Amino acid sequence: MGRYVIRRTGAAIMTLIAASIVIFAFIHLIPGDPVYVMLGDGATPEQVAALRDRMGLDEPVVVQYLIWAGNALQGDLGQSIFFDTPVTQVIREGAETSILLALITMVWIVAFGVPVGILAAIRQGTVIDQGLSGLAMLLASVPTFWVGLYLILIFAAGLGWFPSSGYPSIFEEGGLANLRYLILPSLALAAPNAALILRLTRASMLDVAREDYVRTARAKGIAPSRVVLRHILRNALLAVVSAFGFTFAALISEAVVTETVFALPGVGRTVVQSILRRDYPVIQGVILIIVCMYLVINLAVDLSYRLLDPRVELE
Amino acid sequence: MRQILMTWARPMAARPMTALGIAFLLLIVLFAAASPWIAPFPPDQIDPVNRLLEPGGAHLLGTDHFGRDTFSRVVYGARLALLIGVGVVAFALASGVPIGILSALYPNLGKVLMRMVDVLMSFPSLLLALGLIVILGQGVFNAILAIGLIYLTTTARIVYGVALRLKAEPYVEAARSAGAGPWWIVTRHILPNMISPLLVQASFVFAFAQLGAASLDFLGLGAPPDIPSWGNMLAESRIYITRASWLLQWPGLMIVLTAFSLNLVGDALRDRMDPRFREMVGK
Repeated sequence: MGRYVIRRTGAAIMTLIAASIVIFAFIHLIPGDPVYVMLGDGATPEQVAALRDRMGLDEPVVVQYLIWAGNALQGDLGQSIFFDTPVTQVIREGAETSILLALITMVWIVAFGVPVGILAAIRQGTVIDQGLSGLAMLLASVPTFWVGLYLILIFAAGLGWFPSSGYPSIFEEGGLANLRYLILPSLALAAPNAALILRLTRASMLDVAREDYVRTARAKGIAPSRVVLRHILRNALLAVVSAFGFTFAALISEAVVTETVFALPGVGRTVVQSILRRDYPVIQGVILIIVCMYLVINLAVDLSYRLLDPRVELE
Repeated sequence: MRQILMTWARPMAARPMTALGIAFLLLIVLFAAASPWIAPFPPDQIDPVNRLLEPGGAHLLGTDHFGRDTFSRVVYGARLALLIGVGVVAFALASGVPIGILSALYPNLGKVLMRMVDVLMSFPSLLLALGLIVILGQGVFNAILAIGLIYLTTTARIVYGVALRLKAEPYVEAARSAGAGPWWIVTRHILPNMISPLLVQASFVFAFAQLGAASLDFLGLGAPPDIPSWGNMLAESRIYITRASWLLQWPGLMIVLTAFSLNLVGDALRDRMDPRFREMVGK
């Protein structure tokens, strides 16, 4: 186990270093002088020189990377060109919206995907299974922003049950009731991901159902419902739970589109606006943070998985 | 001829949904190939007097905020949908297949290449595409590259897995001991046996490329606004949805039905595939 933890953690750190090089190189891959691209044509020579100095662009590239990575390790991701505030602050401002959106979306995904996937597996081959699998495929084929626009049209503009856009912090006036701003966005974001979890739950249940110990349990005369609950479900859910971490990380980036549809002040919308404003330090910072999250979550999932199921071997 | 018809007709009859999916995809191809003859108006013909008309009359599916005919734009939109799909699939296969096969044949090179694929996969897919758009600039071709890069990684992984298994097959061993070189083994033994997993992967990639392109269009970072694409139509109609919900309906349905049909076809192909490879393809 110890060796596994070390090797798996080492691999994650290597991937993070490689990814950080890609993210750093990004700014140098943009055609033209990044300083002029960011400041626009009307920049004065003083502004150019100041930004060039601040970003350390006159240093050799390797030195630049080491400075950038060293600062990032100390929690300094540079300054936003547009806001003239630290990138970390820009990210922090969007974090509450994005994390809460992802959490509420996960609730929908788990509440819908897992039980429906179990139902499809129990009724394998029947009309119910085919219908549910068809539904999953349909949900996976729907653009989230289209679902979002329809939800706005029906439940915000039409019925007036939920607000159509924006999100005031739960720490401000309104408190937890402000979460209603995230109901429609989270439903839109949940649709394709719930479909994935549904299919995964079904496939995992059917996989486990083929195991020898399930056949043994049946042969011993244990009631079929008990076999499903105690022998199949418990083991099948292990694979499903390991997909949750992965899904959560994916949600943060998929939320880019959802946050734009619902005008939510989250990290995803910040990325899109930063692209349009050519605020490259913010883009780099956000992507670095999300990649970190993704790697940490995956590492945690892999290690806990191994802890729960010692049969898992490092490939 | 009769035999060919039968081998196709029987599975289609057993899967009526897949048959419908194929029929819809043929309709898209027809729309794309014959758009000037099917569309009653040029897709960019502006008619301010008749803006935001409801469906019916001369404008079958109504008009948008410039008075452009929605049906005509939906028909022309099929062109970009096909272009994006074919482009992304071509890019993903042309890059992912050599990377996967080389990695399987030469394990040392494979360690490096597959690690690079892992790094790319640690980027959330939409952000990876957005980053590439920032570097390359906006445009149809760049959108294809950006989305293609996402599926380069998954395609390379799948090809790598399949090629590793094929490489261990006795007939490949036999060919190698008979003195066959890598080129011979790849073109005669590995590639021909890889066609069905690649077909399955291609249909899923084609489907997800539609959703990716629509997202880029919606964010204003995909096809230029003067090109009638379904994603652009949705992005433009966004502020008029309460007044003109038909603008939301048709372009969206086209995206959903195209992606859904391709997923159905991919699923059907996978079920007919060699069971050894089935679990490796698709998501």
